[in-house]
Amino acid sequence: MFSPSDLFEIPFGDWVDSAVKDWLVPNFRPFFRSLQAPISFVLDGLDGFLNAMPMLVFTAVLAFIAWRTAGRGVAIFTALALVFLDLIGVWGQTMTTLAMIVTAVFFCAVIGVPVGILAARSDRFLAILRPILDVMQTIPPFVYLVPIVMLFGVGTVPGVIATIIFALPPIVRLTNLGIRGVRADLVEAAYAFGSTPSQVLWEVQLPLAMRTIMAGLNQTLMMALSMAVIAALIGAGGLGLTVNTGLGRLDVGTAMEGGIGIVILAIILDRITQSFAERKAVATPSLAQTFRGFFKPSRMAARAADEKPA
Amino acid sequence: MKSLTGKAFTDGMANKVEAKNIFKIFGSEPDRVFEMVSKGHSKADIHAETGQTIGVNDASFEVAEGEVFVVMGLSGSGKSTLVRMINGLIPPTRGQMMIDGVDVASCSAETLRKVRREKVAMVFQHFALFPHKTVIDNVAYGLKVKGLPAAERRERSLKALAQVGLEAYADSYPEELSGGMQQRVGLARGLATEPEILLMDEPFGALDPLIRRDMQLELLELQRSLKKTIVFITHDLNEALILGDKIAIMKDGSFVQVGTAEEIVGEPADEYVRAFTQDIDRSRVFEVAAIARPPLSIEIDAPVSDALARMEAENVDAMFVTDKGTLQGQVLYRGLSGASDPEALAQHLDPDFATVTPDAHLHELYGKAAAGRPIAVVDETGAFTGIVEPGDIFHQLVRGEEHESGQKRAATA
Repeated sequence: MFSPSDLFEIPFGDWVDSAVKDWLVPNFRPFFRSLQAPISFVLDGLDGFLNAMPMLVFTAVLAFIAWRTAGRGVAIFTALALVFLDLIGVWGQTMTTLAMIVTAVFFCAVIGVPVGILAARSDRFLAILRPILDVMQTIPPFVYLVPIVMLFGVGTVPGVIATIIFALPPIVRLTNLGIRGVRADLVEAAYAFGSTPSQVLWEVQLPLAMRTIMAGLNQTLMMALSMAVIAALIGAGGLGLTVNTGLGRLDVGTAMEGGIGIVILAIILDRITQSFAERKAVATPSLAQTFRGFFKPSRMAARAADEKPA
Repeated sequence: MKSLTGKAFTDGMANKVEAKNIFKIFGSEPDRVFEMVSKGHSKADIHAETGQTIGVNDASFEVAEGEVFVVMGLSGSGKSTLVRMINGLIPPTRGQMMIDGVDVASCSAETLRKVRREKVAMVFQHFALFPHKTVIDNVAYGLKVKGLPAAERRERSLKALAQVGLEAYADSYPEELSGGMQQRVGLARGLATEPEILLMDEPFGALDPLIRRDMQLELLELQRSLKKTIVFITHDLNEALILGDKIAIMKDGSFVQVGTAEEIVGEPADEYVRAFTQDIDRSRVFEVAAIARPPLSIEIDAPVSDALARMEAENVDAMFVTDKGTLQGQVLYRGLSGASDPEALAQHLDPDFATVTPDAHLHELYGKAAAGRPIAVVDETGAFTGIVEPGDIFHQLVRGEEHESGQKRAATA
C-alpha cells in the first residue's frame, strides 16, 4: 500500500534537535539560567524554613489553618495525617515536596493571574494564548524534561520549572473565565460612575472573580502535586525521589511511603484551598468578632428585633 | 470650530442635555446603513439587506435643567442604547451629545470620566449593586472612584442613604435587602456624588407593581426637593405619564412623538402612539386647566333678577358670587327663582362650595363633582381663575373612546 512517506520523510525530530541543541542552548542558556534565580531564592528559603520548623509546631499551625478555613473535621485529619507521615519516616521529604509545590504554585499565580487578566481584556490575546495553553496541558511532561535539563541543568529548581509549566494553564484559564464571568451590568455600573479601567479591575472584577480564580489555584495545586514524581526524574528531591527510589529497586514499601505522603499532602491542600473557592461573598465573622459578639447584641439580632413588629 | 462650540455653549445654558442628530449603528459598515437610511429604508429592511442594526436613528432632543424627560418605548426600540449614549457608555456612530456644553461623543477618555464623576450618575434596571460591598460601600462607590477620603465618603453616603430612608441598613449586604430596597440603594448611589443629571434606565422595571407605584411617588417626592435633571427610560406609558415633564415615544430607534403627557394622550401623533394611549387612565393625565371654563361670577350686591338673567343666558344652573373679586359662595338657579326678596343675593348664598387648583388631576374631582354643581378653580395665590362644570369632566374622559368608536363605525360602514 502506498503512503506519502514512501516518497520522502520529514526529519522533524532532527529539526527540533538542532533547534534546541544548536540554537536555543548556545544562545539562551545564560538567559534561562538567570530565570532560575528568583525560583531558587523562594524555594531555598521555603525549604530551609519548613525543614527547620519543629514537626509539632508545623502540624499545629497547619491544623489551625485547616480549622479556620475548612472546619474541624479537616483539622483533625490534618493533625493525624501529619503525625502519621512523621511516624513512617518521610517528614523531611514531605517538607521538601511541600516547599517545591508552594514555590511552583506561587510562581504560577504570579504569572498566571496577570496573563489571565490580559486574556480577559483582549479577545485577540486570548486567541493567541488558547492554543499555547492547550499544548501546555496536553503535551506529556516527559517531552519537555530533556530541553529543561539542557537549559537549566538537573536539580530541584529545574524540577520546579517543569512543574510550573505543567501546572500553569488552569489558573490562567480560570482567571480569564472568572473575569469574563463578572456580570456585565456591574462592570457597566462601575464605568458609569467614572472608574478608570484599573479601578474597575480592582474594585469590581477581581473581587467578584476571586472564587473562580481560587478554584483555578486549587486545580493548579493539584496538578503541581501530580508532577512531584516526574520532577524527581530530573533530580528534584522530596517524596517524588522516594517513589522513584522504590520504583528503581522494585521496593513496594518505599514507593508506597512516598506515594502515601503525596496523597496526604494533596488531600490537606485540596480541602484548604477548596474552602477559599467556596467561601461566600459575604464575609464570615472573624474569631475576634465572634468573641466580641458574646458581649453585645449583634447587628443581625438587632435587625431581627426591629423587623418583628412590622 | 471655536465659534461653533461657543454657540453650543450659550445655547446649552438652560439645557443640561442636548442630543443633536444622534445615530447608533451596530455593525461593521455604518456608511452603507447611512446611505439606506437617507433613502428612507426601514429598520427591518436595512437589517435584512446588510445584517446591521440601527439602534438609534437620528434622535435629537433637549432636556432643560430640573426637567424629567421620559423616553418610552418597547424592548428593542433603542431606548436603553440612547440613555447609554448620554454618558458615553455606548459611543454614538454619528451626532453630538452635549452635556453642559461638553460633547461626550467626541471628548477624551479623561474628560468623559470627569463628566461621569461630577455631572451624570446612573441608576440601572437590575440595580447593578456590587454584591461584595456593603450598602454604604456601594453608595460610596462614585465618591471612592473620585478619590475622596474615607471619612467624607461615609458622611456623604449616609446622607444619600438617609434621603432614601435606608441609613439603618448601611452595613448590610445588598443580597440581604428586598428588591425595592436594593433599588433605593441604587438611587442613593446615584445621588451620593451629587450629580446634576440622573440617568434612570427602567429603574422600576424589575419591581412588583405595588412597590413600583411607591417608588414612583417617592421619586416625585425626592425630585420636588432635589430638582435634578432626569432622563428616565421606561416601557410603561403609565409610568411615563406620572413622572415625565416631557415624554418621548420611541419606535425602531426614532422618536415618534415628543410632548407633555396631555399632548401625548390628547393628540397622539399617529396610530402607534394612539394604540399605547388607549388603556391609559385619562383622569390621571389631564389637569383641571384643560377643561376649565372662564370664571363666570356676579358681584354680591347685584339684584337677583340679574343673576337669573345671566344664568339663563349662559345656560347654567349655578353661579359663583364674589365680593370685589373675592369668592363668597354659590347661588343656584333653583334657589333664586322662588326667591321672596328679589333684591338681596346674599340671602340665597351657599357658602359651601368646592374648589380645586388648576394643576389638580381630573380623578381628584370625582367626589367634588358628585353634587352636580360647578367647581371653582382657585390658584395657589387664592385668585378665582375658572370654573369646572361636572359634565365637562366626563366629556374630557370619553374623548379618546369617541375617537375609537368613531373609527369602528367607519370601519364597519
